[in-house]
Amino acid sequence: MSRAPLLLSLAALVAVLALASLLIGPAGAGPVASLKALWGGEGPLGIVLREIRAPRAVLAVMLGVSLGLSGAALQGYLRNPLAEPGLIGISAAAALGAVIAIQAGVSTLGLGVPAAGLAGALGGVGLILLLAGRGGSGLGLILGGIAVSALAGALTALVLNLSPNPFAAYDIMFWTMGSLADRSWAHVLTALPLMGLGWAVLLRAGRDLDALSLGEEAAASMGVDLGALRLKIVLGAAAAVGAATAVAGAVGFVGLVVPHLLRGAVGAMPSRLLPAAALGGAALVLTADIAVRLVMPERDLKLGVMMALVGAPVFLHLIWRTQVGK
Amino acid sequence: MVRAAVIAAALALPLPAMAAPATTATPPRRVVSVNLCTDQIAMALAAPGQLVSVSHLAREPQSSAMVAEAQHFPINHGRAEEVYLLAPDLVLAGGYGGASVALLHRLGVRVIEVPPPNSLQDARDAIAQVGAALGREPEAAAMLADFDARMAALALPTGGDRPLAATWGANGYSSGGATLAGDVLRAAGFSLLADRLGMQGSGYITLESLVMADPALIVTGTPYPGASRAEEIVTHPALSSLSGRIVHVPDPLWTCPTPQLLDALALLATEARIAAGHPAGDTP
Repeated sequence: MSRAPLLLSLAALVAVLALASLLIGPAGAGPVASLKALWGGEGPLGIVLREIRAPRAVLAVMLGVSLGLSGAALQGYLRNPLAEPGLIGISAAAALGAVIAIQAGVSTLGLGVPAAGLAGALGGVGLILLLAGRGGSGLGLILGGIAVSALAGALTALVLNLSPNPFAAYDIMFWTMGSLADRSWAHVLTALPLMGLGWAVLLRAGRDLDALSLGEEAAASMGVDLGALRLKIVLGAAAAVGAATAVAGAVGFVGLVVPHLLRGAVGAMPSRLLPAAALGGAALVLTADIAVRLVMPERDLKLGVMMALVGAPVFLHLIWRTQVGK
Repeated sequence: MVRAAVIAAALALPLPAMAAPATTATPPRRVVSVNLCTDQIAMALAAPGQLVSVSHLAREPQSSAMVAEAQHFPINHGRAEEVYLLAPDLVLAGGYGGASVALLHRLGVRVIEVPPPNSLQDARDAIAQVGAALGREPEAAAMLADFDARMAALALPTGGDRPLAATWGANGYSSGGATLAGDVLRAAGFSLLADRLGMQGSGYITLESLVMADPALIVTGTPYPGASRAEEIVTHPALSSLSGRIVHVPDPLWTCPTPQLLDALALLATEARIAAGHPAGDTP
């Protein structure tokens, strides 16, 4: 499939899923009544559609784009199909940053918490690059990721348990598994600036990543500044994942599954994979968020549960393939 | 009301403990309370020196309506060992004493369990039960008479239109009909969203269900210090778009049978009049 039709069909898929996301929820109104209420409908149903479901759908798209894009970019840069924000600990580190900021009294509706998520994510990425290195073994990457995830997760739990707020400890589930339940437009606006910055930086790195796929020397000879590229990938992924995690918690496997599924359709070129992975991530997160509402409409089943059900088999398959490839 | 009980207690001071007229048995001399509700009833009713310790929750402003009074009593954490070492001749516990209370029973300490009140009637029963256990029946009767007088003064509605109300807390937690808060809301003249949704006790209501029900009154509690995502739902912007009113009733007011329970009832009765279209101050 050539590039434009694939992107168009992915965009159409995202649009259909976003519409479905708007129409599904415990209020149980019919689709026609719901759509009428969405545009200027007065009364409770209008409020449900505009203030509860619409920001949730928009946030699902933003979260998916951030995770899909970051996964594809990290895999292109590290040249390792196992690189993914959730698995290598960037999401967990971002969650730690956000949790520390919130418990320190930073308002959840300002730019402070996403910025703290960015700082946490930067720490995570930094550690991973230090531990695994570019083009290093998958084993080093995964072991480093396990260490960063475990440390960040433990510190997150510690901070939340030390909080004077008895409900903070219940939030451990949210920060480790992620959820989009009952978010508002305020959360969308809070996360958007940093996320958008991250997307722009990552998308612009596509050409350099193409060159890098031929090897470091070839890339350098083609005029790619490797130091600048690394900075772009690190900052872009940290901004996108940090802001996403600050409002939705750490959601794993999206950045692993989506590039894996799309690589066959777009070929090996990172510049082609990046936009496709962004749309694919949006479609996957929307699907998972619809699924959690269909399975348990009255409960806040975490997104991470759905993602792990899909993502873990893909992950095992990739591990198996790298082992066979040796 | 607290003042009345204190005055009553002060008047009783010169009498020796054996002289309590209505009880046949000797009143207990060293009473330890390990439950927030029995703490507050005992502080209101006990004779000076009779109550030797209350639970640590009695000093928590988040839970207790009698924080200032609780400063005068040493606190305990409800553990069997520390309670036993206080050498009580009576321990007042709630309904969920668990292992500590079972252990105190085995050690031969007299324990009276006062179930947590799930209605205004339960609240009255708890006051009477603690009063009898302390040998302070006259004080308990005075407290209940004050309760009745204040309830009568509120001129609570008996029938008619009952606007819909819901309590709304962290994670969408809402009080059901078989709870003290639910009963207070009903007494104030509201019908309960939890009843309409078929919930027995308390439970969780989704934000969408709450918005769709569009209640005339949403009652929120006191947020805890620090922050939690669980509590963010309480201030979701969708709620302020609704037509109903949102009022804040601090949790300590209507957790236990204290005189402040009537303050909560009075506040909510005013809200019921507003919801029914009578402005505050009108006689319904």
